[in-house]
Amino acid sequence: MTNKSKSTAAKASMQSAADAEIQTALQSQTPFRAFWSAFCENRGALVGLSILAIIILAAIFADFIAPHSLSEQYRDSVRAQPVFAGGSWKFILGTDGVGRDTLSRLIYGARTSLFIALAVVVVSMFFGIALGLLAASTSVAVDVVISRVIESLMAFPSLVLAVLLVAVLGPGLFSTIIAVSIGYLPTYVRLMRACAKTELSKDYVTAAKVMGVGKFRLMVRTILPNCMAPLIVQAALGTSGALLEAAALGFLGFGVQPPTPEWGAMLADAREFIRSDPWIVTLPGLAILITVIAINLAGDGLRDALDPKLRRS
Amino acid sequence: MTKSTNSKSGDSGKILVAKNLSRNYTVSRGVFHPLATVRALTDVSFDLAAGETLAVVGESGSGKSTLARLVTMIEAPSAGSLVINGIDVAQATAAQRLELRRQVQIVFQDPFGSLNPRQTIGAALAEPLLVNTKLGRVERESQVRTMIERVGLRPELLDRYPHMFSGGQRQRIAIARALMLRPRLLVLDEPVSALDLSIRAQVLNLLVELQDEFKLAYLFISHDLSVVKHIADQVLVIYLGRAAELGDSAQLFAKPLHPYSRALLSATPVADPLAKKDRIILSGDLPSPFAPPSGCRFHPRCAAAKPHCSEQIPVLEAKQGRTVACFEVKG
Repeated sequence: MTNKSKSTAAKASMQSAADAEIQTALQSQTPFRAFWSAFCENRGALVGLSILAIIILAAIFADFIAPHSLSEQYRDSVRAQPVFAGGSWKFILGTDGVGRDTLSRLIYGARTSLFIALAVVVVSMFFGIALGLLAASTSVAVDVVISRVIESLMAFPSLVLAVLLVAVLGPGLFSTIIAVSIGYLPTYVRLMRACAKTELSKDYVTAAKVMGVGKFRLMVRTILPNCMAPLIVQAALGTSGALLEAAALGFLGFGVQPPTPEWGAMLADAREFIRSDPWIVTLPGLAILITVIAINLAGDGLRDALDPKLRRS
Repeated sequence: MTKSTNSKSGDSGKILVAKNLSRNYTVSRGVFHPLATVRALTDVSFDLAAGETLAVVGESGSGKSTLARLVTMIEAPSAGSLVINGIDVAQATAAQRLELRRQVQIVFQDPFGSLNPRQTIGAALAEPLLVNTKLGRVERESQVRTMIERVGLRPELLDRYPHMFSGGQRQRIAIARALMLRPRLLVLDEPVSALDLSIRAQVLNLLVELQDEFKLAYLFISHDLSVVKHIADQVLVIYLGRAAELGDSAQLFAKPLHPYSRALLSATPVADPLAKKDRIILSGDLPSPFAPPSGCRFHPRCAAAKPHCSEQIPVLEAKQGRTVACFEVKG
C-alpha cells in the first residue's frame, strides 16, 4: 500500500514538471478566451458587433440621448429636411408628417424593435429547447406528435401565420412577440432535437446514465450545454429575421400601436410622403437595414467562432 | 504488479453472476421488409468475484460491447438473468436498482468521447456524488481531490476542461470518475486500446493497483490479447455472440482448446523476431449476425469442422478444467 502510494507520488511529481510548461500555455485558454480570440479574427463581425453595441446603448439610454420628446409635435416645422439635405441642426434627421423629431423617434423605435426581436428570440428559444429536449428524450409517440405539429407549423409562411395570430390575439406589443415567436419555434425545436439525438448516443452521456444521473438533469445539465453553440448562432441570426418580421407586422398595422414609435410603423406612416419628402420614409428603412446587417455580421462571426468543426482541437 | 492471491479464493462471494444472457435487437430494414432480429448475444454465462478480472475477448461485432451494456444495466437482457451482489437485476425494486447503479461503473474505450466537453474535471468527478449521495459540497470536493491524486493527477487540474488533457490523462480521469461511488464491479470497455503503448502500460498498472486497493471486480473487454494475458484471471472467448471458451487465463493462454481460441491466440504478436510463427489464418469474414450459420457458429471457418457441426449447436461443457463449446474437444 505505502509502496504503491509512493510510486504514484513519484509519478505525479514527474508529470508535474512536464505539466508546468503546458500549464502556462493553457492558462489563457479558457473556453471564453478561445472563443473571443476566434471571434476577433473576423473583422466584419467586430464591425457588426460595434454597430450593434451602439444601437443597443442608444436604445437603453434613449431618455438621455434623444434630443426631443418622442411624441411632441412641432407644428411650425412639419416635414423638416434632415441636416445633410439642407435642414436645421434643431432636427438633425428632420421631422415626420406631424412634426415629430425623426431622430428621437428612431432612437425610441430602436428600443421597441430590439425589444421585440430579443423577446422573440428568448421566447421561441426557450420553448423550442423545451420541446426539442422533450421530443428527443421521451417516448417515440411524444417525439412523433411534437415533430409533426412543428412540421405542420412550417407549412405556413411565417408572416401569414403571424398576421393570423395577431388577428386572433388583437394587435399590440405582446401579441406581436407571441405571433413572431411561434413562426420561429420550429427552427429551435428541430435544431435541439437533432443535436440532442446526436449527443445521446455519445459515451459521456452513457457514462452519466451509468452514474445514475436522472433524466431531467441528463437533458438539461449534460446535453443542453453541448448543444448551445448551434442554438446561440441560430438565435443571433434569427434576431435579424425577427426584427424584420416585427417591422413587417408594424408596417401592416398589426404591430405596436401608436404613439409608441416602431420602425416598421414609422415606415408605414411616412409612405404617403415618399415622393415629396423621401427622407422620412428612407431613415427608418435605413435603421432597419443597418441593424439587420450588423446582427448578421456579428452572427456570422459567432458561427465561425463557435463552429465545432473548426474548434475543440 | 503481482496480483493478490487471496482474492482468487472467492471468500468474498460472487459479485456478478450472469446466466444465459441473451440480447436481441430488432432492426428495421425499410418499409417493405419485415423487421430483422440481430442476435447480438446468446446464452452467455459467467461469474465474477471481488478482486478478480474476467477478460472478454472476440472480434469486432462479436457482442463484447453488448455484454458491457447489459452488465452496466444500460440495456435489459432479452433473456437470461443477471445477479449483481446477490440481487437479481430484473426483479430489483427501484431502491435496489439505485443501489446497483452505484455498484457497477464503466470506463470507455475512447477517452475523448467519454468526458463531457462542457464540464470541468472537478464537476465531472463530483457529479456522481452529487446525484447519488447527500454529501455536502466540502465533503464532495475533498473526495474528488483524494481520488484525482489517487489516479496520479494533480488537484490543480480540477478546474480544467477535458480538451486540455492528453488521452492518457483523460483515461485516468475517466477511471477516477468511475471509482467515485466506490463501485464493486468496473466494466472496462477496451480501456487502453485508444492509448499509446507507453501510456497503456501506465494505465494498466494503475488499474491493477486500484483493483487491489478497492477489491474491485473487473469485466475487462478487449481484443488486445497481450493486454488480456497481463491482466486477466479468467478469459471468456466469444464468437458471434456465443461463448466459445471460458477458463483460467494462464491455462487458456498455455493451451487454448476451442479452434477459434487457438486461431485468435495464434494471432497475438510476440516480441521476439526469432520466435516460431505458426499462425492459424482464418478464411472468410465474421458472418452476418442477421443470418448466423446453423449449428456451431464457427463451423464455416473452422479447420476441425465435421458434418455434424453444421447441424447441432455445441453447448458449453466442462472439458480439461474449463468450459468449451466444441464437439471436437475431448473431455
